[in-house]
Amino acid sequence: MKRLLPLLTGLVLLLSACGREDLSTLNPQGPVAEKQLDLMKLSIGIMALVVVVVFAICIYVLIRFRRRSGDKSIPKQVEGNHTLEIIWTVIPLVLLLILGVPTIKDVFGLAKDYSKDKNAVQVRVTAHQYWWEFEYTGYGIKTAQELVVPTDKTISFELVGADVKHSFWIPAIGGKMDTNPGVTNRMYLEFPKEGVFRGKCAELCGPSHALMDFKAKAVSPASFDRWVAAMKAPAVMPADAEIAEKFTSQCLTCHAVGENGGNSAPNLTGVGSRQTIGGILYNDTTSVEKNIHDWVTDPQKYKSGAMMPKAVENDLTQEQVSAIAKYLAEYKLDY
Amino acid sequence: MAAHGHTVKRYTGLMDWLTTVDHKKIGILYMIAGLFFFLIGGLEAVVIRVQLMKPMNDVVSSDTFNELITMHGTTMIFLAAMPLLFALMNAVIPLQIGARDVAFPFLNSLGFWTFFFGGVLLNLSWFAGTVPDAGWTSYVPLAGPTYNSGHGVDYYVIGLQIAGIGTLLGGINFMATIINMRAPGLSFMRLPMFTWTIFITSALIVFAFPALTVGLVALMFDRLFHANFFEVANGGNEVLWEHIFWVFGHPEVYILIVPAFGVISEVVSTFSRKRLFGYSSMVFATVLIAFLGFMVWAHHMFTTGLGPVANGLFSIATMLIAVPTGVKIFNWLFTLWGGSIRFTTASLFAIGFIPTFVMGGVTGVMLASAPADYQYHDTYFVVAHFHYVIVGGLIFGIFSGLHYWWPKMFGRMLNETLGKITFWTFFIGFHLTFFIQHFLGLLGMPRRVYTYLDGQGFNNMNFISTIGAFLMGIGTIAFLLNIFITWSKPRNAAADAWEDGRSLEWSIPSPPPEYNFKQTPLVRGYDAWWKEKMEGKTAMTPAEPVGSIHMPSPSILPLIMSLGLFIAGFGFMYDRLIVGGLGLLITFACMILRSLYDDHGFHIEPEDQDEGVHA
Repeated sequence: MKRLLPLLTGLVLLLSACGREDLSTLNPQGPVAEKQLDLMKLSIGIMALVVVVVFAICIYVLIRFRRRSGDKSIPKQVEGNHTLEIIWTVIPLVLLLILGVPTIKDVFGLAKDYSKDKNAVQVRVTAHQYWWEFEYTGYGIKTAQELVVPTDKTISFELVGADVKHSFWIPAIGGKMDTNPGVTNRMYLEFPKEGVFRGKCAELCGPSHALMDFKAKAVSPASFDRWVAAMKAPAVMPADAEIAEKFTSQCLTCHAVGENGGNSAPNLTGVGSRQTIGGILYNDTTSVEKNIHDWVTDPQKYKSGAMMPKAVENDLTQEQVSAIAKYLAEYKLDY
Repeated sequence: MAAHGHTVKRYTGLMDWLTTVDHKKIGILYMIAGLFFFLIGGLEAVVIRVQLMKPMNDVVSSDTFNELITMHGTTMIFLAAMPLLFALMNAVIPLQIGARDVAFPFLNSLGFWTFFFGGVLLNLSWFAGTVPDAGWTSYVPLAGPTYNSGHGVDYYVIGLQIAGIGTLLGGINFMATIINMRAPGLSFMRLPMFTWTIFITSALIVFAFPALTVGLVALMFDRLFHANFFEVANGGNEVLWEHIFWVFGHPEVYILIVPAFGVISEVVSTFSRKRLFGYSSMVFATVLIAFLGFMVWAHHMFTTGLGPVANGLFSIATMLIAVPTGVKIFNWLFTLWGGSIRFTTASLFAIGFIPTFVMGGVTGVMLASAPADYQYHDTYFVVAHFHYVIVGGLIFGIFSGLHYWWPKMFGRMLNETLGKITFWTFFIGFHLTFFIQHFLGLLGMPRRVYTYLDGQGFNNMNFISTIGAFLMGIGTIAFLLNIFITWSKPRNAAADAWEDGRSLEWSIPSPPPEYNFKQTPLVRGYDAWWKEKMEGKTAMTPAEPVGSIHMPSPSILPLIMSLGLFIAGFGFMYDRLIVGGLGLLITFACMILRSLYDDHGFHIEPEDQDEGVHA
């Protein structure tokens, strides 16, 4: 009975919640994750049957055939039983067939290549230690940390790792594919419902692997078009000339806004309207401005091993950090 | 005195242990070293669980956490589980086949010492301050020179390389032993199930470990000599490492679990007083599992992007393993069926193994379905799965085996009350820790994360899991207490310590004399000793007259050879080639000495055999 205790605890927890709608694989928000959950349910069903049979025989045997004290009798020495042995070879084979057929169907179904599909949105994902770069090859725009997608189209991903191996995973939408340095992988996902979904890195990639989160934001087709247009619009630079110069010399060597800047760090175009800073500092609980300020002051405090230098090492004064944070927080896209 | 008598070489005290080539003593050495590393790995596990007890915890830093998970995995698999299996193999196999020692006693000792020094080298990284931190799988480029510039992964590469030599030697040795040294009448289809599984595991070791050796050499060349096997920027390929690692790594899982199958078969049969149900199908199923074990490595790489054809094939191949495994499960259940089941600590662990391993097995089939695995892969679901198989399978098997053969190894029975405390705390703690982790994975928690944000629904389950880990710790402490308490008890275990012993080891005293069998026994059927007992005999029928017994001489050379490799490892790691050369020189000098200097061993004459020449 005691071994059932954790089982029951688990079941209670499971029944009470299938986890967050934007995160759990048990709460699918797209057709890919739905297919995967169907397969999971089928396999869990078959396997639960096996577990129940084994447990039942096990418990029965342990109670029925336990040795009574003083029992010196020798049980009948049975060598085996061909009928039984054939039964427990054939039944598992049948069960596996039931699971094997949809497995093969989905293996090929989910491997469908949309990279030449005119209707699909092409996104090139580049995983860096510890951030995500999203390049919309069809639109010529780049963003980071927040993947924005329309609800009406299939998204065809091309995945690659910039440094070490990472793995691209949006549990509620479907998963997952490794980003290998030097090899391009492909997968597709669909986001039929509007909302923000949590994405994660699933392959150990260094000290801040645990914090390499990103967001996938699914928006209506019209909104997506507005977003694309806003991303392509000329970059808004800081109004104050001194700050603008500082921002260009200290930030845009790696980061970019619009057409200005480098691409070795996350693109900051419209960063003020993102859900998080650095993938983990949520802007709904703390203001964007404060989050950016905290992050710029000491990035390693939030993600150890992050490449970005601390503000003091980057020749930025407190006032300049505040001004840049204010500028970036106000740099929002209207879509 | 026989005409060809040589001087009897014998050491006492510590020197006896350092020079021994006796399989029984080597088994004890393996056990002590294995338990020691098991405690280290366990301590690492507890720190991991404490760190994950609550969100954004900061008991350890992210760097330390990655070191902990890497060392926990590496230590548990290579330095705890493997040696504990080797302990049982050494303690039992020669006795089960009616042999006086293994085929190559000197190699046996060499195998132990290389393993030991490899393990020590790996763990010295904690003191050097640069610890391997790329996971036990050591995926490149994270483990490569570009992204891991310290010496951490060097310790992993060289430590495992040296320890791997020991494992490979052990595999070769036990294959040779089981093929060549069986007692008269002990045909293959009369071998006890444990011996069969060790035979199969040895074959797996012989075929799988060379792949690891090659992979480690390539990684070592990348790291120490700037070779470019895996350096993408210079034309190397990182997916290649994954293939090499798992071509070794998957059979390794079977190397670990197959001996546990053997232990369970012996224990279940003994404590239900019944012959193993479906013996020949058990043998066939084990061979099949081992064979299929080489065909499924890419199921660890479903998300690497191998394409649908590879993923489909490896899915189906993996699922097929469930069939022979199911055969084994039902055979055990039907061995118990109709038996007279006695609940000792050993049998509790064996019985606890069956449902636990089934749970690990069914999640294995779930993982085999590639499209679903895209969701499970690299999450806590996988962590739960492999702990169910390795802890709930292998460690339960080892605990069962240790309790079962303890009287044979040491002549003392372990305390049953403490044993049952060990079982219940460990068993409940285990399920509490790992069952819930399946759900953590499904809810979206990736593995190998040093922390997690609050508000993701992971908090309670992680907390429960940590409590379970503490219970497992208590169970382990109870086991250690049991060992220490038993140590002060008299050595009074009977030859047939559990009264229902079936195989040859129970026909000789506990612990057995140095030469095991005064006269090689004649085996007249499966369950040789049981058969004799049922016919009213009190001893095995001898297959030879009493005579002088040839014994191998003890030798310090294996220890010095391993020490040489240990020194060489450090030399190469820190780029001191002179030290490296010196270390290799020591090893080669010992090899030359061993080859040129004939040592024919010595004989124990019949008149000395009763004088209590005990191991």
